[in-house]
Amino acid sequence: MFKVPEQPKLRVFLLTLFTLLSLAKGPRVAAQDTPLISGGVGFVTSTNGGNTTYIPVVSPLLAAPIGNHVLVESRATILDSFFPKGGGQPGYTSDSFLGLSYLQMDYLATPHLTVVAGEFLIPFGTYNERLTPIWISNFESAPLIFPLGNMETASGVGGMIRGSAFSNGKVSLDYAGYFSAASTVEQFNSQRSSGGRANLYFPKTSLEVGASYGRLLQNTHQNYEGVHLWWEPADARVKLRSEYAHGPHSQGYWMESEFHLTRSPSANLFRRGLQPVFRWQQTFRSSPDSSDGLPSADTNQADVGLDFHFPHDVRINSSYSRQFSSTGDRNIWQTGIVYRFLFPTWRGK
Amino acid sequence: MNLRLSTYAVCTVFAVQIGAASLSAFSATREHSQASASQADSAQRPASTEQAGTTKFKQNCARCHEAPQSFSPRMSGTILRHMRVRASLSAQDERDILRFLNP
Repeated sequence: MFKVPEQPKLRVFLLTLFTLLSLAKGPRVAAQDTPLISGGVGFVTSTNGGNTTYIPVVSPLLAAPIGNHVLVESRATILDSFFPKGGGQPGYTSDSFLGLSYLQMDYLATPHLTVVAGEFLIPFGTYNERLTPIWISNFESAPLIFPLGNMETASGVGGMIRGSAFSNGKVSLDYAGYFSAASTVEQFNSQRSSGGRANLYFPKTSLEVGASYGRLLQNTHQNYEGVHLWWEPADARVKLRSEYAHGPHSQGYWMESEFHLTRSPSANLFRRGLQPVFRWQQTFRSSPDSSDGLPSADTNQADVGLDFHFPHDVRINSSYSRQFSSTGDRNIWQTGIVYRFLFPTWRGK
Repeated sequence: MNLRLSTYAVCTVFAVQIGAASLSAFSATREHSQASASQADSAQRPASTEQAGTTKFKQNCARCHEAPQSFSPRMSGTILRHMRVRASLSAQDERDILRFLNP
């Protein structure tokens, strides 16, 4: 017999799951619109300054269309961290975490406008919306400047409009603008803030440039600005991504490249799957602020990784990072194995 | 580590990579043009529609992630609606990529 879990976070997640599925199931669902469950399950190890942490993680994603114009979607992260007890004590202790990344309803109002309501990822820069899923990111750790513009929680609770303003064979312009209320509700924590992002994409040169703006409206009002540049020629072996963000007390940037030994589908598994990656980051502190999430002193960090894509949507990420700072240099070793799953919620016709 | 030295090193690495990407993109574009020309010779409307979907998939979805190796066609519409919101696809791009996923 099914027993209701004691943990409130797990209850929220299961309630969300069942609500989504019950909302989506109905005679109006078309043959190609079966709700899906996707996500990743993985195991990550991170050795930072000599201490190793082991993290089993699962990140499920639910997407359920309702009718022809509505999509309800959610992503969560459930993990356990096993780390040394410290203080000279032998053995490990653990800390569990369950968090909703987003739970939102999307209404496709027009071909150029989508209205989003609920808890959503803050559209600042590129990393938060595009690269945080564990089955997508090339490195196990986020860039150092990730906290800038993401308003502490990286999620907002409120409304957002977004869409493709126009698109043709030469250029496309897309946009996102949001307002988030302050919330202290468990699983729906957010700061009062507003902001947005606009991207220009040139398909012939595969170049994307964009700018982001965010304004924290809670307590002291603060502005955050960001720009990004991605160059990812289709079928080319190299992809380049970069992002710069500026906050009231610090700023920084990251540049990442991934290299494919071949794009030929007929090449052998080793050549197709191997993917060296490289990332360079710098952060600069203009004034002390213990709450903005960036290092307390100017920091340089080089990340060198070797990823491998196995068949059946399994990938291994491994990386070595060397961090240079006036507070002390250190080495960070990280490895992770992730399996991406994707299946419909029920059998259809 | 000397900041100036590290900056020079990083600039050099990225300059080399940009050069490699340029060469790679040039050869890919040339191959793509040759392939397009040969396809145009045997112009078939369904083929060009599929080509548009393939191109738009690479330009939009593949910028962030590889395609899943297999999935049920029953949820291709759901995947596209999710991608339309995530990647701010235009309605036309959504239709083209859906045709690419369900030829």
